[in-house]
Parts: sequence; C-alpha cells; structure tokens
Amino acid sequence: MAMQFYASPEQIMRDRSEYARKGIARGRSVVVLTYAGGVLFVAENLSTTLHKVSEIYDKIGFAAVGRYNEFENLRNAGVRMADLRGYSYDRRDVTGRALASAYAQTLGSIFSEQGKPYEVEICVAEVGTAPEHDELYRLTYDGSVQDEPGFMAMGGQAEAIGNILRAEHSVSHTLGDALKLAVKALSSVGGEGGAARTLAPEQLEVAVLERARPGRKFRRVTGAALTALVNPAKADAPKADTPKAEAPKAEPPKTEPPAAE
Amino acid sequence: MLPGRRTLPAGMNADLAPHATTIVAISTNEGVVMAGDRRATMGNLIASRDIEKVHPADPYSLIGIAGTAGVGIELMRLFQVELQHYEKIEGAMLSLDGKANRLATMIRQNLGAAMQGLAVIPLFAGFDLDAKTPGKVGRIFSFDIAGGLYEEHGGYDAIGSGSLFAKSSLKKRYKQGLGIAEAAQLAVEALFDAADDDTATGGPDVIRKIFPVVMTATAEGTQRLTDEETAAMAQTVIAARALQPGA
Repeated sequence: MAMQFYASPEQIMRDRSEYARKGIARGRSVVVLTYAGGVLFVAENLSTTLHKVSEIYDKIGFAAVGRYNEFENLRNAGVRMADLRGYSYDRRDVTGRALASAYAQTLGSIFSEQGKPYEVEICVAEVGTAPEHDELYRLTYDGSVQDEPGFMAMGGQAEAIGNILRAEHSVSHTLGDALKLAVKALSSVGGEGGAARTLAPEQLEVAVLERARPGRKFRRVTGAALTALVNPAKADAPKADTPKAEAPKAEPPKTEPPAAE
Repeated sequence: MLPGRRTLPAGMNADLAPHATTIVAISTNEGVVMAGDRRATMGNLIASRDIEKVHPADPYSLIGIAGTAGVGIELMRLFQVELQHYEKIEGAMLSLDGKANRLATMIRQNLGAAMQGLAVIPLFAGFDLDAKTPGKVGRIFSFDIAGGLYEEHGGYDAIGSGSLFAKSSLKKRYKQGLGIAEAAQLAVEALFDAADDDTATGGPDVIRKIFPVVMTATAEGTQRLTDEETAAMAQTVIAARALQPGA
C-alpha cells in the first residue's frame, strides 16, 4: 500500500516556485521600455509567426516569456476581455490596470489551486499621453503584480539585463536609441563564458506602442525598417527613426477634391 | 409568427425608430469609394440631419448601413469588434470574402426583427489584399434581409430608399478605369440625384455645412475625406445643376 507523506504548505509552494522559476529562466529574454515616442518591446525570438509580443487593445501591448501554450492562453483571454469591455462600455474604458489585475487573479489561482503553476512571466504595457503616464506591469507565475519604473526585463538572465537597462534607460530616448539599448542589454549575456554576443535583426521581434498614433497604437517593426534601426550605419540614416508600419497609417486623404471653380 | 396569427398593422413598425437611407459604393482600379447621405427619418419626420452611416469596418474595408438606424449601428459596431478580435487572436486578418460571409450571417440573425419592421441592410466594400488580378482590388458586396450575399461585379451599387435614383445616376455616369477622386465625385453626384427625388435622402446642406460622408479603401487603408473636400465636391455638383436643373 502506498504511504502518504506529509508535506508542509510552505514546502509545496517553494517547490512550485522553484519549478516555475527554472522553466522561465531557461528561455530567451524580453525587454520592455518606455521612450519619448511610446513603449518599445524587444524579444529575442527566431520565429516570425509565433509571437512573444502582441497587441491587446488600442493602447495596450503584451509581452511574455516561458511556455508558449501557457502565455498564448493568457493572451487570448486578455484580448477577449479587452474586446468585450470595449464593446460593452467604451474603448477608453479598457485599461492596462484592469487587465493586469485580471491576469494576477488568473495566475494566482492557477498557482495555488492546480498541480502545476504556469511557467510564464508576462508584461502588460499601456502607453499614455506622456512617458511619465506609461504603465508597465510585471506579472509573475504566482500572480504577483508589480508596477515597473519605465523598463523591465523578463526571462533568461533577466537580472543582468535589467541592470544594464537601469543604468542607461532614459525616457527622452528616441526609438533608435531605445532599440540600441535594448539590443545591447539582450546581447550582454549568453555568449561564450558569459561574454557579450551579437544579435542580428533576424533574431529579434520588435514592436512599439506609438504614442502619437490615433486609434490602435500597436505596430510591429519588421524587415528593412528593423534592420535600419538596428544598424543605422548600413542603411540610409535619415529614415532610421520612423518605424515602418505594417498596417496603413492614417495619412491625410490621398484623393484631391476636384477644383471648385 | 405572432400569437393567434395576428397580422401586424401595415407600415406601423417601420416608423417606430429612425430609418437610415441611401448609400452608394463604386469600385475603381485602386480600391473602392463609399458615400452616404446624412439624413435619418421617422415616417415623415427628419430624425437626424447629421447621422453618419458609412464607417470603416477594419483597415481595408467599409460598411454602410440602410434601414433601422439603431439596429444598423449596433450591427456595425459588433462587426468591427469581431473583425478586430479575429485579427488579434489569429495574428492575421480575415479575407475579404470571409468578412462578407460573417456579415451575411449577422444579417440572417436579425431576420425575426426584420420581419417585424426593424430591418437593416448593409453595403460592404473593401480593398482585396489577396486579389489575383491588379484591376480587381476593389470589391462590393450587397445583402438581403434573409442573409443573402451577392457580389456586385458591375462596378457600383447602392442601397436604401434613394438607391433607385442613385443607381440610375451611376448607370449613366459610371465607366471603367475611374480614379478614386473621380469615383468620389460621382458618388456625391449620385447622392445628390437620390436626394433630388427621394424625400428620405438628405441633399448637401449648405446652410448647416453638412455634406455626405465619403470614405475610400485602397492599398493605403481606409480614409475619410475631409469635410472641406466633400463640401467642394458637393459645391461642384450644385454649380453644375444650377445651370441645368432638370425637372
């Protein structure tokens, strides 16, 4: 007959934490930081289709590290909640804070009630009218939520990456400067014997929440626009600071009114 | 359908709520133009002079509504949310045909209310990102209250009470190979013709400076023409008609 051994709740929680932390530390890192023109997400991600960074709503973006199926689940729930709220009330009533607390509830109850915690760490970012109004929330596997001061790193060797960001981050950075800092931080770890390495644009997933855009502010920065931002010397420099939009920009109407005279 | 097989008093329910009227759409080699007048009526009364009945459904398609305004605006809002929700969850937009099919299903679900007088018929048009032939990027879809979906291959279509007149106007003036600006001008003129002969369609209101809503969907996305631009178009039509008023 099987023997039932007693394990204290402290021990159970410690084991779960350790399990989740190990899972998260195994993956590649993601960096989120505010800059003058909005909020920048940079993930080390070789896949162009399985995203670590995505859009939740008009002003809200989502970034995650850990197990793909688990954070994808959370992302879907977030999009559903945001769309439902925006439809029931108004688009302005969808906030990053409400979303972060919903995620905290979900992660917290999964951590304490289910056999295995989610091995994920996520960031909910909301872009404001000015850099000081940007909100970055860090949510961890146990459901704890923290308001981060303008920059954060998750996954892999997050501590070391965070230290570089803390030393050099400034809200007055342009997109180019902010991206350079993010790439510098991400590439500072993981080389031979803990040395720095070089990250090519193809290894990065980059997106921004652009403060000045009307409506949906989330844009991915890909292809030539990304290469130009990462290596401004190689590409034509003047264009480097404008992210190439995937979807159309709200430009003034192209059609000209016929002459009234 | 009703208890005791009672029939509805004819024409009564249709006047219960504001009614939105004429919408026209024209396809060109670059995309589509959709325009709508600004009037909503309740029976013989004008319920609104500045209602907006043409809206972007997503970054590449437009929806215009005719019929019961409240139901139509709700339908349009839900449609916008569904398209955006799908795009965010799947990471890719629905195809233009997929969007049209979804809208057809939503119309069918309103059939019960439609039979009681609260019908709504949309006009859907968009820029087809998957178009095989370069000239066939702008596509127009029309619907019936039972959820029937019909693609219009003739290059233009109109819905609403003034559609008869708007279509007759376009039938004479439309030609293939129009530019977006020319198509927009034609759409404004078609709405002028509809307003000329249909009391439920509003013409350009030069006193209050209320002009039709004109939107385009092209490779650059959806755009709404500014009030100054539509005002200039309306003035062009008015100036031309002042010389030849017709009967």
